[in-house]
Amino acid sequence: MITVGMDLGTQRVKAVVLIDDAVVSRAQAFSGFDPAKAAEEAVGEALKKVKLKISDVAYFVATGSAMEMAPYADSTVSMMSADAKAGVYLFPKARTIIDVGAEEARAVKCDEKALMVDFVVNERCAAGAGAFIEAMARALEVKLEEMGPLSLKAERASQINASCVIFGESDVVSLIHRQESKPEIARAVFDAMADRISSMVHRLGVKPDVVLIGGVAKDVGFVAALKRKLGIDVLVPDFPDFAGALGAALTAATRAKERRK
Amino acid sequence: MKEPSSVKDELEFWRWREYHRIVSGKKWTSKDVITAGVDVGSVGSKAAIMVNGEAYSWSVARTGSNSPDSASKVLSLALEETGLKVSDLKYIVGTGYGRVNVPMANKAITEIACHAKGANYIWGPSVRTVLDVGGQDIKAIRTDETGRVVSFLMNDKCAAGTGRGMEVFADLLQIPIEEIGEISLKVDEEPPPVSCTCVAFAKTEAMGLLRKGWSKENVLAAYTRAMAIRMANLINRVGLERELVITGGQSKNIGIVTRIEVVLGVKCLPMPNWRDDGLDPMVAGAFGAALLGKALYEKAQK
Repeated sequence: MITVGMDLGTQRVKAVVLIDDAVVSRAQAFSGFDPAKAAEEAVGEALKKVKLKISDVAYFVATGSAMEMAPYADSTVSMMSADAKAGVYLFPKARTIIDVGAEEARAVKCDEKALMVDFVVNERCAAGAGAFIEAMARALEVKLEEMGPLSLKAERASQINASCVIFGESDVVSLIHRQESKPEIARAVFDAMADRISSMVHRLGVKPDVVLIGGVAKDVGFVAALKRKLGIDVLVPDFPDFAGALGAALTAATRAKERRK
Repeated sequence: MKEPSSVKDELEFWRWREYHRIVSGKKWTSKDVITAGVDVGSVGSKAAIMVNGEAYSWSVARTGSNSPDSASKVLSLALEETGLKVSDLKYIVGTGYGRVNVPMANKAITEIACHAKGANYIWGPSVRTVLDVGGQDIKAIRTDETGRVVSFLMNDKCAAGTGRGMEVFADLLQIPIEEIGEISLKVDEEPPPVSCTCVAFAKTEAMGLLRKGWSKENVLAAYTRAMAIRMANLINRVGLERELVITGGQSKNIGIVTRIEVVLGVKCLPMPNWRDDGLDPMVAGAFGAALLGKALYEKAQK
């Protein structure tokens, strides 16, 4: 049975194709100003890779901040539930799932059945999301993907204002003027982010195993900083940015089976 | 009044004017108690000279990357054309974000105490609530009839509504910062506030609205309204008691002031005509510091 999950995020739309609970294909497209069109592109490409058509799909589930705009969707699933589903599928012992996206961050507590038990979310402040790293990379004049490796070269971190993107930018600029090293500034950026994410997770309680997903989980600098901050291991799957879409696809599989009964 | 000392660069919409002023008709003698307040804020530095507890001169300058230099610069600017030297000042109080880095100060006092005292000086004993909107933080302060702090609430973790946040918007919309208040009021109908107060997200939202064909005035109105609601909430949390006044750089943003009045349903005490002969509410912290300096000096003399 073929199911598709779509995650309509603020920056990208991700699609995952499952055949009987196994991932066979994934693709993404930039959300731009038309997330629905981006979803069509992502789904089209993911299916094309495995020579499937829309009509071959038994069930579509959408998630993400623009899920209401999703094409093809038979139903939607909350981002928290999708996170729980994907986290436990990828790591069966996962009980705390941290999802850090471009403009939002969440932590979800779940049980062994992959059901969401509790959650916390930051969606009103850019300082606790990928947007923070992006803005600081711009201020540092470093490519976003170079930030992580750069930060790993530093032994210590500079001091920056962690609470706000706008203040953080000013701090980074004055650190550059003071000729502090870029790796140390980059490390400070990730420490600042990890600080915010960790205090958010602590409001929920940290129950191992801890899994990190979302686009920011691809950043080695952030992963290292979060491990330092939480003081425990943090598991990161391959393709962490597709975890939301995977959760949606797994939900689609469950719902398709229920519908057949 | 001296002409603005900084050149207005057309590409720098965030840049506001530095200036200094001497109150006309005032004289000083060496017998007078001459004190100074130096308020080194995150964005602006202010200095006030007082003769026997009356405003004599003041200055406003942009804070540089180095607090001690900014303090010296703004104090020199306040002393310009007064015939006074730093050694004539009996007592100097440093305040503001960089208060511990005011090298010539006899003492450092928090800006909360100084703004309450300064607001009491500018508007008189009826002031009970002071909203100080600075470059990097927002404070709602409750005060008694003598200008003493009763309680306060502060928001220092977020740029929303602060002068720095406004500078970002002035740059984005390419409107000189000194005009954003007036321009935000040039709308036929008040648009709904932007949905998110985070400056980074509001910027993205504003760019989307501009692409949709919204005018700059409407975008600015939507943003200013969201910021005013945020500030009104802070005032309500500390507890609004009349009379209400606004100090700090944003006191000059008529778009903010008007909207706070609408949201709270209360009028602020009228803004002094600081462009002409009135006291500048942006300098309230420095006035308060100079007054507290006078009290400390007199106490030490006894």
